[in-house]
Amino acid sequence: MKILVGGVMVNAIEVRGLQKRFGPVRALNGLDLTVRSGEVHAFLGPNGAGKTTTLRILLGLLRPDGGEARLLGGDPWRDATALHRRLAYVPGDVTLWPNLSGGEIIDLLGRLHGGFDPQRRAALCERFALDPAKKARAYSKGNRQKVALVAALASDAELLLLDEPTSGLDPIMEATFRACIEEERRVGRTILLSSHILAEAEALSDRVSIIRDGRCVETGTLAELRHLTRTAIDAELVAPVSLDGVPGVHDLDVVGLRLRCQVDNDELTGVLRRLAEAGVRTMTCQPPTLEDLFLRHYSAERDVAGASR
Amino acid sequence: MTGAGGGGVAGAGILARLALRRDRIMLPAWVYVITALVAGTAWTFRKAYTAAARAQLQVTGSQNPAIRFLYGKPYASSVGGLTAWRYGMWASILASLVAIFIVVRHTRADEEAGRLELIAAGVVGRYAPLTVALAVAGTGSAALAVLITAALAVLGLPVPGAALLALAIAAATLAFTCMAALAAQLASGARAARGIAAGALGGAYLLRAIGDSAGARGPGWLSWLSPLGWVEFTRPFAGNRWWVLALPLALAAVSGGAAYAVAARRDYGAGLLPGRPGRPQAGRLLHGPFGLAWRLQRGALAGWVTAVVFSCAAAGAAAKGVGSLLNSPQLRHVFTSLGGQTAITNAYLAAVMSMAGLAAGAYGVTAVIRLRAEETGQLAELELATATGRIRWALSHIAVGAAGSAVLLAVAGLASGLGYGLRAGGLGTEVPRLLGAALAQWPAALAVAAAAIVLFGALPRAAVAGGWTVLAAVVLVAFFGPLFRFPGWLLDISPFTHVPKLPGAPVHATPFLWLALAAVLLAVGGLAALRHRDIG
Repeated sequence: MKILVGGVMVNAIEVRGLQKRFGPVRALNGLDLTVRSGEVHAFLGPNGAGKTTTLRILLGLLRPDGGEARLLGGDPWRDATALHRRLAYVPGDVTLWPNLSGGEIIDLLGRLHGGFDPQRRAALCERFALDPAKKARAYSKGNRQKVALVAALASDAELLLLDEPTSGLDPIMEATFRACIEEERRVGRTILLSSHILAEAEALSDRVSIIRDGRCVETGTLAELRHLTRTAIDAELVAPVSLDGVPGVHDLDVVGLRLRCQVDNDELTGVLRRLAEAGVRTMTCQPPTLEDLFLRHYSAERDVAGASR
Repeated sequence: MTGAGGGGVAGAGILARLALRRDRIMLPAWVYVITALVAGTAWTFRKAYTAAARAQLQVTGSQNPAIRFLYGKPYASSVGGLTAWRYGMWASILASLVAIFIVVRHTRADEEAGRLELIAAGVVGRYAPLTVALAVAGTGSAALAVLITAALAVLGLPVPGAALLALAIAAATLAFTCMAALAAQLASGARAARGIAAGALGGAYLLRAIGDSAGARGPGWLSWLSPLGWVEFTRPFAGNRWWVLALPLALAAVSGGAAYAVAARRDYGAGLLPGRPGRPQAGRLLHGPFGLAWRLQRGALAGWVTAVVFSCAAAGAAAKGVGSLLNSPQLRHVFTSLGGQTAITNAYLAAVMSMAGLAAGAYGVTAVIRLRAEETGQLAELELATATGRIRWALSHIAVGAAGSAVLLAVAGLASGLGYGLRAGGLGTEVPRLLGAALAQWPAALAVAAAAIVLFGALPRAAVAGGWTVLAAVVLVAFFGPLFRFPGWLLDISPFTHVPKLPGAPVHATPFLWLALAAVLLAVGGLAALRHRDIG
């Protein structure tokens, strides 16, 4: 699904230098975010990083103090209702009207949205094993989330904004959710998926933005991000070798002939040459998981927190 | 009870402090308001009535079945006796409503919202939340008893009578406190629990009303089945029957004990009464923001309509021969010289209509405040993420409030017209006349609700407290403004001051146009502010 403004294809979401304060707290501090049309974009960050604030600004619920946000070619504050016909949203903490049944809420949200497919609704209820006759007060967190997910997925929205959509789902439902997202991607819908579950982002997303303290610290495809990072090496050598002082080597751990370390990808060739010279019996090399990327981005913060204790 | 085995009240101290922290404004405010109502009534009877007028009032009150339906029987013509008659039962009703709200709030509502789960996982006994809810509501009743006794003693009333009246109110409140606790254990939802307890209160009122209004051969014994009847039967300032206090205390003990027994056996989150399943699909009415607002608010409106029907029908029926009820002989003289018996009746009916107007205004405020609840409950977020704009969203609830207050007033006019017309004759003229008089209150009621819209738009955090404050100010001006001779500008602040006293007074279009204009301007201002602020 292409978004055309004056014949030019634009990004689904374009955020530049976004600022938002709540009293003395700076929730967003110059956030940049670009989501291309038709991609699944993972929006990663720990609790309190500013993910939900960003989504609420994109929904026109909050007004930014500075910076610029464009959504589907429009202004999220000014054009809120017109834009909302083209998107669907699943909040991170789904609250529902307790005296309405799940089925009633799904239908209501579909009607409020302005277009939805009853057949898809029925199929999705079945896939997510949701009992639509139950009153919302009787639903667990996971079931409340399913209600919002079914309503969003049954809509004809071209953009899905999902705030930690699997935080209450069990592993089977999580798999169902992934399958659904995969189908949506094939149809060409754009999806912004906020999460702190890295495996989910790794499995689903085309591109990733990592945010911290209201600022985007890293963005790109997983391949691009890995390029910037380290490879983990675990090797059993024929003869001892000293890697002390070799550039790009981190967390070196040598026990006898067993060597484990992290190597900057740029310096990999030199390190491998040194190991080859000593002779290698077995070796595993692992590309960094998103976990590693993530931990690296937050370790600085944790060090500061640790030092102040 | 000990903390071992999950059955005790461990942690109750900490929870009690939490509960008092949450209720630190509401609970004292209600205690003061109810005390002020009782003491203000006693003050009025002392200052504005001669002994002869009070004697006349007692005679009328005893003879008119509709007045007995509303207030019960007056057993003495002393200041204290009339105060106990006029506000003993009604103070018990108000205090019981507050107690029901508090008990359910700290038990079933917290449980339903999942907050109690967090607390129950701590070192907290199974009975602790129930005990804390009873203790907080009981503290309120005790404070009320002390304050009413003190206030009436200061006004120079006999201390034993004052203490008995205060204790009768507190004991009845305690009985409903414990019944609310039981309802909160039985029902699986907070709304249902409040409904059961409030239904018991309404049932008690009706039993007593039928019993009291019955003639000599009627079922007068019905009043003895009602905890609200027991408040009357203590006869404060008129024989002081202390032993009657044992009845509400026994009821409190039985229902409180039952609540503990259920709490000991039931599962967390479950009740003994099953919840009903909902519809698997939305009906045709549940379409768009207006359909949703109607669905969310219709239950409350039905409750208001029921209350207005009963009270206005009874008040209308009481209008016949109301002459001697109306304040002082001087005032009576003014009215009779102006227009004879009709003028007094009209003045009384006009007072009933302004009550209905206040009720409609109060309903309008609650309907508007619902917007803030939807916002803080993050339900607005869900709705506003759809193609519904914030103005349409706000208008949906405002429309329910505006239309609902019109419905309430229409019902008030019809019910009082029927009540009065059936007893006094002239049904064909009285019903349309009182319907018109009731609907004349609509612009003023809308103006009060519109003030809540401004607060919601411009000062959302203060919307709930501010809305109730506006309403309380309007009620105070209406009840006590003329009596205590408030300055003119203060009276003019209340929109109800500008409504002609119908039926009876001449009607001009001007005040209605100004009130409607004020309501529209306030609403537009509030919506404009809503456009520019953050949601949530």
